Amino acid sequence: MSLLVIDRLSLEIHGAPILKGVSLSVSAGQVVGVIGESGSGKSMTAFAAMQLLPYGSVCSGRIDLGGREVLALSEANLCKMRGRDVGMVFQEPMTALNPIKTIGEQVAETILIHEDVTRAEAMERAAEALRRAELPQDRFPLSRYPHELSGGQRQRVVIAMAIALRPKLLIADEPTTALDVTTQAQILKLLRRLVDEEGMGLLLISHDLAVVADMADEIVIMRKGEVVESGPADWLLRNMQHPYSKALLAASTHQPDRSAEEQHDVLLDVREVVRDYTIHRKGWWGGMETFRAVKGVSFQLRKGESLGLVGESGCGKSTLTRAILGLEEIQGGEIRAFGVPVGRDFPNALRSGIQVVFQDPYSSFNPRWKVARLVAEPFHLMSQRPDDWRDRVAKVLQDVGLEPEAMDRYIHEFSGGQRQRIAIARALILRPEIVILDEAVSALDVSIRAQILDLLAKLQGEYGLSYLFISHDLSVVRSITDRVMVMKSGEIVEQGETAAVFDAPQHEYTKQLIAAAPVLPADVTGGERHDRPEPVV
Amino acid sequence: MLRYFLKRLVSLGLSLVVASGVIFLALEVVPGDPAAYMLGINAQEDTLAALREELGLNGSVWARYAGWVGGLLTGDFGVSYTYRTPVAEMIGERLWISLPLALYALTLSTAIAFPAGIWAASKRGSAVDVSVMGVTQLGVAIPNFWFAMLMVLVFAINLRWFSAGGFPGWDTGFFVAMKSLTLPAVALALPQASILARVMRSSLLDTLSEDFIRTARAKGLSQRQALWRHALRNALIPVLTIIGLQFSFLLAGAIIIENVFFLPGLGRLVFQSISARDLIVVESVVMLLVFAVIVVNFAVDMAYAVVDPRLRGRR
Repeated sequence: MSLLVIDRLSLEIHGAPILKGVSLSVSAGQVVGVIGESGSGKSMTAFAAMQLLPYGSVCSGRIDLGGREVLALSEANLCKMRGRDVGMVFQEPMTALNPIKTIGEQVAETILIHEDVTRAEAMERAAEALRRAELPQDRFPLSRYPHELSGGQRQRVVIAMAIALRPKLLIADEPTTALDVTTQAQILKLLRRLVDEEGMGLLLISHDLAVVADMADEIVIMRKGEVVESGPADWLLRNMQHPYSKALLAASTHQPDRSAEEQHDVLLDVREVVRDYTIHRKGWWGGMETFRAVKGVSFQLRKGESLGLVGESGCGKSTLTRAILGLEEIQGGEIRAFGVPVGRDFPNALRSGIQVVFQDPYSSFNPRWKVARLVAEPFHLMSQRPDDWRDRVAKVLQDVGLEPEAMDRYIHEFSGGQRQRIAIARALILRPEIVILDEAVSALDVSIRAQILDLLAKLQGEYGLSYLFISHDLSVVRSITDRVMVMKSGEIVEQGETAAVFDAPQHEYTKQLIAAAPVLPADVTGGERHDRPEPVV
Repeated sequence: MLRYFLKRLVSLGLSLVVASGVIFLALEVVPGDPAAYMLGINAQEDTLAALREELGLNGSVWARYAGWVGGLLTGDFGVSYTYRTPVAEMIGERLWISLPLALYALTLSTAIAFPAGIWAASKRGSAVDVSVMGVTQLGVAIPNFWFAMLMVLVFAINLRWFSAGGFPGWDTGFFVAMKSLTLPAVALALPQASILARVMRSSLLDTLSEDFIRTARAKGLSQRQALWRHALRNALIPVLTIIGLQFSFLLAGAIIIENVFFLPGLGRLVFQSISARDLIVVESVVMLLVFAVIVVNFAVDMAYAVVDPRLRGRR
């Protein structure tokens, strides 16, 4: 018996079609994974099931939840349904909780709003819900505020709120996208356990094929508001038919073709680097207390090589990057680039040899400048801008796969992937030797990510670049680097040849990271067709 | 929380010391001879000498500063040069009008602004929202003295509900006195309420689009419940900031309204003593106003901590 049946659901927001005839169903004890890239309508499908849609939305079709027609329910009845019959978990745990209420109050609210119980009783049941979400009372009392918890712990509070009344259906919209890989593994395990032990149905929305492949019994693949393909997970992953599904799978497991030859000149030499932050005074008159974000890190980047730096949030990788760029003072050790110490007196001529590409293609450009000016900006490092600067901009835009005409347009006219190409063009305009890629593909959809990785591999050969590739995404690092360093709590715990580190990790933390990262089963390729098993009704 | 409190208290003390230093320097030390300034250019040399003696200008700067601050701390604000009465007494009388007037206006402004702002935000884009925004736009634009005169015409001259001005004194009874403060308070409150309602509305709308409101809705709260239980307290921080600023302004900035209604308040006192070049009074009143502003800021800081638990743990 299906808990949720979505049948030919269409959605328009202010007249713009968002969903076109989406059908799917979720049964008790079943995980249905909905996968798609940004704009595919996967989140809107989830919000439509809860009827928590933006102003101006019009739905047609049928949403059946436990025998009731959701689209016909009044707002008051919808309020009774939400939280009691369906719980929902969101993507961003840092902002999903009210910052000024305790976690106990917030979980108890789910119970108080639906049942006529005393506050004390609700708090007691809130404690129980938190325990089911693996936040035991002795370590996480009800009186904690959200800001006192980490991202993963906050996500557990959101889950506790969603499951407090033991709803039959749980909808999770990218529940682990904002989390580190080890935390992601724990949250996914928790969701799986809740499904198995409590017989809940789970609608899991994700952009990550590996996460869905790991978790789901059924997979639904969406694109531009439509379901392109769906079926039992094991079967579908091995028998994809639709070209888009195949492309998605290919992009997820994409290996860029790399041919750069490694040389032996050391371009960047980092030795025993220490970065301390002052936090606060000890007592009223005491000295400053410091936090050591980077604890004596040493490595070398050679000409033509790709060096990966992986680690979870807060491990110090961003601080280290900023120190290499000369944006942070260091308190110990030395960073030499091209043989000269990086710091206040680092000459501009050499500074132009190190460039950086950041994560967010949306906020790293001045929106009022045209692309030509954005890309030409690094020329200020030279004593004067070369006369042929527009030709150089046109050339580099072509090299990153854009039309030279892009020069005279504004940045908002470009998509995320195109913006990242422009960011790369900006980094390359001065023909640097070192490019630091700080989570440069993390915000991109898988198919775009595959294209950018190919581009980076191509440019490395053409421009003779050395990459320092910083990422939390192990599969990306594995596909594009020669050597890799694993960073934890300000230290590099392991470094070596990428393949060797991934195949035979030595340090306990590296092992944990690799074990936690979701991977597609080895035999999954968009191969030949087998008979589709009959659905179990 | 205690640490936050103590830290704010220390910063309050330091602000007062700095402010007193600046006021003292600006009025007594920098421009030359205060006695010559107070008496004008045609003053006789012996009158100047006498005033210098009276003001204690012959001592060192430090001694004069210490004397002044010591006086302030013990309630001895000196004697007004023009009125020949103790400044503390003059300020006391005026404060008994200005402070209630400011509180009255602030209460009115909050009482109007909160419901209006909340109502407009909860029905965004509706006729209610549009009218609240329109009326507050007018409220911000209309000069309050003009509105004050309009009210005098309507309520005092035509309808004769209120007196056109003056203050009968508190000994005529609380309600009589408050009644005479009503028109000025309304005139003062109108622009303040308009600003506050707009701040309340936009702050609440920002909060309503936060993720945690969606979380609350997913729990089964209605839009209305989510607003009252989750959005309102989160939206208060900018509103509190504005209320703090407005109170300080109301206390000292009511000069025009005090003039329209013939109220002997602090604003008029400052105005008169500046015209009369009575530096002793100016100095003390300015110090008192600075004190009020700093104390109000301290109170607002404390209110932040009550509203937001994240501030309580901050060092």
